[in-house]
Amino acid sequence: MSKTSRTVITMPDKAKRGEIIEIRAIAQHDMETGFRYDQTGKRIPRDIIRNFTCSYGGVEVFKADFYPGVGANPMVIFTTIATESGTLQFEWTGDDGYEALNQAQITVT
Amino acid sequence: MRIIRIIACCIGIASAYLVTADAQTPARQSGYQSMSAENKALQDDPSANPALFWLMDGQTLWKEVLGPKQKSCASCHGESAQSMKGVATHYPKVINGKLQTLEGQINQCRAFNQGLPKFAYESKELLALTAFVATQSKGLPIAVDETAVNRVDLKKGHDWFYQRMGQLNLSCAQCHEERAGLKLGGSIIPQAHPTGYPIYRIEWQSLGSLERRLRNCMNGVRAQPFEYGSTEMAQLELFLMWRARGMPLETPAVRP
Repeated sequence: MSKTSRTVITMPDKAKRGEIIEIRAIAQHDMETGFRYDQTGKRIPRDIIRNFTCSYGGVEVFKADFYPGVGANPMVIFTTIATESGTLQFEWTGDDGYEALNQAQITVT
Repeated sequence: MRIIRIIACCIGIASAYLVTADAQTPARQSGYQSMSAENKALQDDPSANPALFWLMDGQTLWKEVLGPKQKSCASCHGESAQSMKGVATHYPKVINGKLQTLEGQINQCRAFNQGLPKFAYESKELLALTAFVATQSKGLPIAVDETAVNRVDLKKGHDWFYQRMGQLNLSCAQCHEERAGLKLGGSIIPQAHPTGYPIYRIEWQSLGSLERRLRNCMNGVRAQPFEYGSTEMAQLELFLMWRARGMPLETPAVRP
């Protein structure tokens, strides 16, 4: 797995104040469990995403830990309350120095 | 008298063949229709479809200028949405006397027009590029017709479909035609219409080609599977696509 990869965020770009918005965040990752062996009997080292965080206007609103049981290209769907216009920052970190960043803007009226 | 009887007999066989071919037409259905609501939702929503990253990778590969000739797919074919629209509905296709699958043609193009080594079968790159090309025809009817050029291959493909094989001595038709809609180990047996390849198969946790799927079935009946990129494989694919002609292409489809 490379040090970073593609990520996609799906969320509304506009919302009313106090509205609950759904956010989908998906990252491209093989999520190698570390429990598999290759054809020569050598163990394939674990290579997974460990953490995912979402901060909204600098405040952490969602956080998840990933484990070897999580499948490839993990998608997280969660909700938050639209409080103010601003930027949502998404960050994935994992084994072997993996790091991916994405941002999305929201306008709250 | 005898000659007349033989001719009558031949006509009888021919019409019986046509009747069986026609009889299944109205009841034909894509594997999509027998999927759970959750899996259907996964396929229908472009932002949730797990093939998303393959499509994005495919688009990057399409535009990437590479090789000794410094060419990308786009340098010859231009805008993919126009030039590739409907292309996938015609494959497998006889090109210069050889039956080519979409994957085969992409590799051919890569070797001869870009001067690059061919992609390995089932490699991420080949699947990504094939899915990207095929999805440009999404929603269009499969347009593989019997022609003078592909008649021989189509007949061979037809024969493979009805050929018993493997230790279990089963043909494709015994499950996918005679027993389609019934259950095998808790799963509904689909009619085997290849309407959405390359598919994201949840069992594989990955995108995979029709050839991988066919090899999967051949392993299941304990037969020696056809090789990737072999003529037999292309002939069987041709027959299946012809059998599914008129059905809309769903690439990238999701299957359980």
